[in-house]
Amino acid sequence: MTVDRGAVTDLFAEYGARLDAGRYDDWLGLFSAECRYQVLPRENADAGLPVALIFCDSRAMLEDRLRALQEANKYNLHTDRHLIGLPRIAGDDAAGIDVEAPFAVFQTDQEGGTTLFAAGLYRDRLVTEHGGLRIRDKLVLLDTFAVPSLLATPL
Amino acid sequence: MMVTAAIWPALDYSRVPYRLYHDSEIYRREQERIFQGPVWNYLGLDAEIPNSGDFRMTYVGDTPVVFNRDEAGAMHAFVNRCAHRGALVRREISGNAREHTCLYHQWCYGLDGRLTAIPFRRGIRGKGGMGPEFDMGAHGLRKLHVDNVNGAIFGTLSEDAEPLETYLGAPVLAQLKRLLDRPVTVLGYNRQRVKANWKLYAENTRDNYHASLLHEFLVTFGLDRSTQVGGVTMDARHRHNITWAEADSDDEEAAQQAYAGARVRSNYLSLQEPDLVTFRRERADPLNLAVTSVFPSSVFVQISNSLAIRQIRPRGIDEVEIFQTMFGYADDPADMVHHRLRQANLVGPAGLVSMEDGEALEVAHKASKPEIDTHTVIELGGAGEISDRDYRVTDVPLRGFWSYYAELLGIEPEGAVR
Repeated sequence: MTVDRGAVTDLFAEYGARLDAGRYDDWLGLFSAECRYQVLPRENADAGLPVALIFCDSRAMLEDRLRALQEANKYNLHTDRHLIGLPRIAGDDAAGIDVEAPFAVFQTDQEGGTTLFAAGLYRDRLVTEHGGLRIRDKLVLLDTFAVPSLLATPL
Repeated sequence: MMVTAAIWPALDYSRVPYRLYHDSEIYRREQERIFQGPVWNYLGLDAEIPNSGDFRMTYVGDTPVVFNRDEAGAMHAFVNRCAHRGALVRREISGNAREHTCLYHQWCYGLDGRLTAIPFRRGIRGKGGMGPEFDMGAHGLRKLHVDNVNGAIFGTLSEDAEPLETYLGAPVLAQLKRLLDRPVTVLGYNRQRVKANWKLYAENTRDNYHASLLHEFLVTFGLDRSTQVGGVTMDARHRHNITWAEADSDDEEAAQQAYAGARVRSNYLSLQEPDLVTFRRERADPLNLAVTSVFPSSVFVQISNSLAIRQIRPRGIDEVEIFQTMFGYADDPADMVHHRLRQANLVGPAGLVSMEDGEALEVAHKASKPEIDTHTVIELGGAGEISDRDYRVTDVPLRGFWSYYAELLGIEPEGAVR
């Protein structure tokens, strides 16, 4: 697949912007019709252990997760700010592109206090669908695996 | 202020002073009299150290501990603190080693914790080194007594602890044996640092009342409701607790009515992927919820098909780490492993039925801190006697926790319930 670096960068920029604006349904629009999303503690990744903090191995599960977030779950009232580093093209083949990008997420509470919530690495498989790049598989490799307070809004 | 038995407003522990969550002197006494006292602390799983030399780092209270398997296959656990300068001897979380060597001055310990070598012990060219009277045998790592229940390893730093099985008592022992009734496989770990006192979490796991109110996902998606057959079962001393419920044991109409009265939406949404909450029965009994809290800081958890052991690790007065080991059984078919990985979504720091605890504990800790001379109210299921209940709207086991807590801390009032 031809690698369009501009399109890859745009995809990551949209990814962070939509999450930080709380536009979760629009964020879901960045994924392909069949997709997987998981947040894996680095501790488990390094030990070859499979359990993730969030494991949605179908689009239906990811949609359920967002529905629960919006309708049922209660969590710390905060805003997120994603800082996503330069994407690195790790490989490409006929069907898609493998991309990595480091990230940090800062959380700001209702009284204006900001703290670093998470650092880590995105490992994405991107494909073309409906004429644009979409996320087929997203692994959020979480360096900050001692999660501060709780993890509700997607990384 | 020195805390005494006079601190309790009520002899049935239905009132707990907020001071107990926020006082640094209390915290110090807890470490000494509870965690290093006559209790058994869950350390880890036999399955985590299958080979000779395998070790893992863990904690008893805030004391760092290492457990390992020696050359002959025996289990040992010791405080991870060099007898020389007090440094961590083992810095890695896990690994395999033939000995443990402190990086500072390379004092070396065997897998049984005995001090085996000191560099330049006799000095160089007859000068320096340790004196001839230095007793290597008296300077090993501080050992824990260890025992296990079906591969769940427990340790105690006290010489006065009851035997492990006596300490647990019949119902808790049976529940642990049930959960660990076949060889286990560790599927992974998760960790959560909550800015709250550790006891708020110890109470939370004994609090049946909060579950379906705070964790709205449970009722919204029909996983668990207080209208199910369930209750709380404790040991004779009421220091441990099993919160349990039976699958498919309530009536849809009655549940809707009960929750309408409680202003909680119930079963109005359905999941696109119902596998997330589908309980696959794994044994003869109908339990789909069994949360077993072992005093002071271990929790053995079955929520549907998600299985876990939690350690409550105090990190000072104002923070606690919840360290959770997720597991399945060695004979799980691939499909069952996949089911457990999916149901792992229910628990942990991002758990659909657990994330709220982090927030609830933090807001409780935050608002009670400036009010240490007032107290909390623990009276669901009635005050007075501490006893098992065959219903779910109760928080009686919290009073059992406080009763044994008071005894160990030396602040049990005359005439108090037990």
